[in-house]
Amino acid sequence: MNKRVNKIKHYINSLFLFELIKGLYLTGRHLFKRKLTVQYPEEKTPQSNRFRGLHALRRYPNGEERCIACKLCEAVCPATAITIESEQREDGSRRTTRYDIDLTKCIFCGFCEESCPVDSIVETRIFEYHGEERGDLLLTKSQLLEIGDKFEEQIAVDRQEDAKFR
Amino acid sequence: MSDEKIKLEIDGREINADQGQMLIEVTDKNNIYIPRFCYHKKLSVAANCRMCLVDVEKAPKPLPACSTPVIDGMKVRTRSKLAVDAQKSVMEFLLINHPLDCPICDQGGECELQDLAMGYGNDVSRYQERKRVVIDKNIGPLIQTDLTRCIHCTRCVRFGEEIAGIRELGATGRGENMEIGTYIEKSVTSEMSGNVIDLCPVGALTSKPFRYSARTWELVQRNTVAPHDSVGSNIYLHVKGDTVKRVVPAENEAINETWISDRDRFSYEAVNSEDRLHHPMVKVNNTWQQVDWEEALDFIKEKLDIIIDQYSPSQLGTLISPTSTLEELYLSQKLIRGLGSNNIDCRLKQIDFSEQVSAPYFPWSGQSIVDFERNQAVLLVGSHVRKDQPIINHRLRKAVTNGAAVMAINPIDYDFNFSLHCKSIVTPNNMVGELGSVLKAACKLSKKNIDASVKKLTTNLSANETHKEIADQLFNNADTIILLGNLSTAHPQFTLLRILAGSISKLTGSKFGYLSDSANSSGAWLAGALPHRLAGGVDSPEIGLNSFEMLSKKLKAYILLGVEPELDCWDTSIAHSAMRDADLVVSLSAFQSGAAKDYANVLLPTATFVENSGAYINNEGILQRFNNAVSPQGEALCGWKIINDIADNFDLDGFDYPNHDVIYNEITNILGEFKGNNDENWKTSITSLPNVRGLQRITETPMNMIDSLTRRAISLQKTNDISVGAIHINSTLANKNKISAVDRAKVSQKEQEIQMPVKIDNRVPDNCVLIQSSHPSQIDLGGAFGSIKIEKC
Repeated sequence: MNKRVNKIKHYINSLFLFELIKGLYLTGRHLFKRKLTVQYPEEKTPQSNRFRGLHALRRYPNGEERCIACKLCEAVCPATAITIESEQREDGSRRTTRYDIDLTKCIFCGFCEESCPVDSIVETRIFEYHGEERGDLLLTKSQLLEIGDKFEEQIAVDRQEDAKFR
Repeated sequence: MSDEKIKLEIDGREINADQGQMLIEVTDKNNIYIPRFCYHKKLSVAANCRMCLVDVEKAPKPLPACSTPVIDGMKVRTRSKLAVDAQKSVMEFLLINHPLDCPICDQGGECELQDLAMGYGNDVSRYQERKRVVIDKNIGPLIQTDLTRCIHCTRCVRFGEEIAGIRELGATGRGENMEIGTYIEKSVTSEMSGNVIDLCPVGALTSKPFRYSARTWELVQRNTVAPHDSVGSNIYLHVKGDTVKRVVPAENEAINETWISDRDRFSYEAVNSEDRLHHPMVKVNNTWQQVDWEEALDFIKEKLDIIIDQYSPSQLGTLISPTSTLEELYLSQKLIRGLGSNNIDCRLKQIDFSEQVSAPYFPWSGQSIVDFERNQAVLLVGSHVRKDQPIINHRLRKAVTNGAAVMAINPIDYDFNFSLHCKSIVTPNNMVGELGSVLKAACKLSKKNIDASVKKLTTNLSANETHKEIADQLFNNADTIILLGNLSTAHPQFTLLRILAGSISKLTGSKFGYLSDSANSSGAWLAGALPHRLAGGVDSPEIGLNSFEMLSKKLKAYILLGVEPELDCWDTSIAHSAMRDADLVVSLSAFQSGAAKDYANVLLPTATFVENSGAYINNEGILQRFNNAVSPQGEALCGWKIINDIADNFDLDGFDYPNHDVIYNEITNILGEFKGNNDENWKTSITSLPNVRGLQRITETPMNMIDSLTRRAISLQKTNDISVGAIHINSTLANKNKISAVDRAKVSQKEQEIQMPVKIDNRVPDNCVLIQSSHPSQIDLGGAFGSIKIEKC
């Protein structure tokens, strides 16, 4: 008995193409909805001030580099992407002689920034960069400082905004 | 400590302890942890940090575990609320003035304060006022101070008083104004000063050469044996990547306890020196060429073959440093003897080789290192043990604090860090006579007989009060020893000193020991790196030339292993000219020097002690093995490998060792169970005592000039224990010759004459001139002892 009813139901459904109409209904609904697609690179999605992009090393307003070679970022880095060598600078302060970040290893977790006691290593909002060769994605200390110098204003504003949550 | 056992209860556990023990000793023994800063098991109890407060039942207040003796039936709670609250409060006080500079502090990661702050500190400080700031003091080239970080545990102060024996660091001011500093503005000069770096629980005292170069968690710890003195201190090398970053002591109660000398701690700097030799080099037509190993070995074979064919194998001499490993020493004597020569010697700083055949199996210290602190009377003959074997000196100092009488017959009035019971400071020549006089006094006391040949030597001598006192102390005390130091070994009448001292020991019932000068002197004797002994101490059927003969007879070819003859040998002038006149000099060395480049024909890069694997036998006869901590720099190879390859090139039998373990097994099979034995018959064929008139030269090797490594350790070279290249004379001699400290003097020995600055040094006896060895300016001067003339220029 039940078998026969199901058969009739199937016959009616197939004859009137209900499923097609169902599908088209969904398509049609999106046809009139507001579009989400961003026309990159002309348009860009909004970013959080906590965005974790390309790294930078910051300086103090007087031009002195912040990094004190404590190597906490190197120790905390889960991908061991950071390599630091340090020594005593002529003025007696503790400074890095080498600060490399291998972006091919980096997983952008932001632990380095979290661990930094002097807010020196930060992750900026920059995500559009590339390297043509493998070595291009190895950032050295001077490159990192350069990025920091270039985007200091934005970096400072972002840290300021986030300060109250820390 | 009495033997009485008592029972007490700690944290609910019933524990047995000895009467008189402090609570903290008992808990440490039973693995119950109590936090502490000022307590250290090797230092006296100060109880000034109060971190170890524990809750003792029936006591009204928490008591410091470090200064509370255990009582029978005592109930202690180390983790009760009262105890933990007290500890937390102490921590809060300590953190009031401690700066928050952990990220730049070298102690970060191994800091006791940092560790305990995790367990007992608060997240936020309640202290809002200004923190205390202390100005740093410069206390020398080895120790960096950051005194703002000091928590006044006074471990460093107690170390100076109790271990180093010189009160150099002290506390001034009280309460918050208390500061640690040197008593007068000067640097810390103790030969063990580096240990305060380990003792300091915070980062107030850190290592200057290591400063800021690595964090503690990056370092990998590898153990090895220190190569600079015959003690064989156990050390840890802290390695980052493939570089040794620092050295710290490894605990070994039988040898170095928890201490090491500064020389052992900072010599690692030389490993990374710019002087390192990285490639095999060959001199062709007076120009140095970098070659590969094969070419270098072929060059050696070609040249040596010519010399052996043209002259004889006995024209080949080998000088080997006694800091080489047992394997290297064994292989090199096997190589030389395989080539048909017996000319191999490790006794570079010795001149008197007479009666060497009757010398003991190896220069043994006469007793174990621990036994030095149990001696009741000690006679040092020609020894500056404080600088030459600092760890043994530390044990002797312990003996002195327990009431032992240490006496000295020395050519220089050395400043020991304990007071000598009595001393006799005489010219090197008179040292023999002094010892003879003591022997005479001992004869009278003991009424025993000695060999007529020795007795005859003392006939013209008379014993004065000092001699009688020395003999008396040695005879009437139970545990006594006579020790021959480095200056005795280098003495022109070493054999006489040996025979006389040995005879005294026999008469007085004392032990008799040699304080050998290098890490593996014992190993060198046992491995057969001597002209008259084969491996295992067996007498060689043919006796080769000793180090001095090899140099003075000017052989055609020399192989040097870790030796810089112009600095290391007894007569530097003869050594230098022998090198320059030789047809072939093959130098196996970790370093390249201007001098070696001048006289050598082949330079082969060897591994330093941190890159090498092997074994050392220390003064006591303890065999200790170690493995390489880092890989050799450049193309350098381990010494044993190079010797093995040279031998292979000559197609010598029995030379295809795949690794050092095989060599080790071979040599230990030959050695078997070995034990030191300094007993001899104590007779001599020498018939008279020396009689040198006029001015005499004394040569000492300052502790940081002892080998090619220490000479290249930058920080050690900034200390006071180096050669200054001056003549040291006392004021009497200076006045007699109308010389003052600002003058330069013309110094002449035999035909040689050089000019040197003058230093007035009243430790030097009359009619003597002290010259510190291993200074390049005095290479052209003659032997380490002997007649010398000075003149104002």
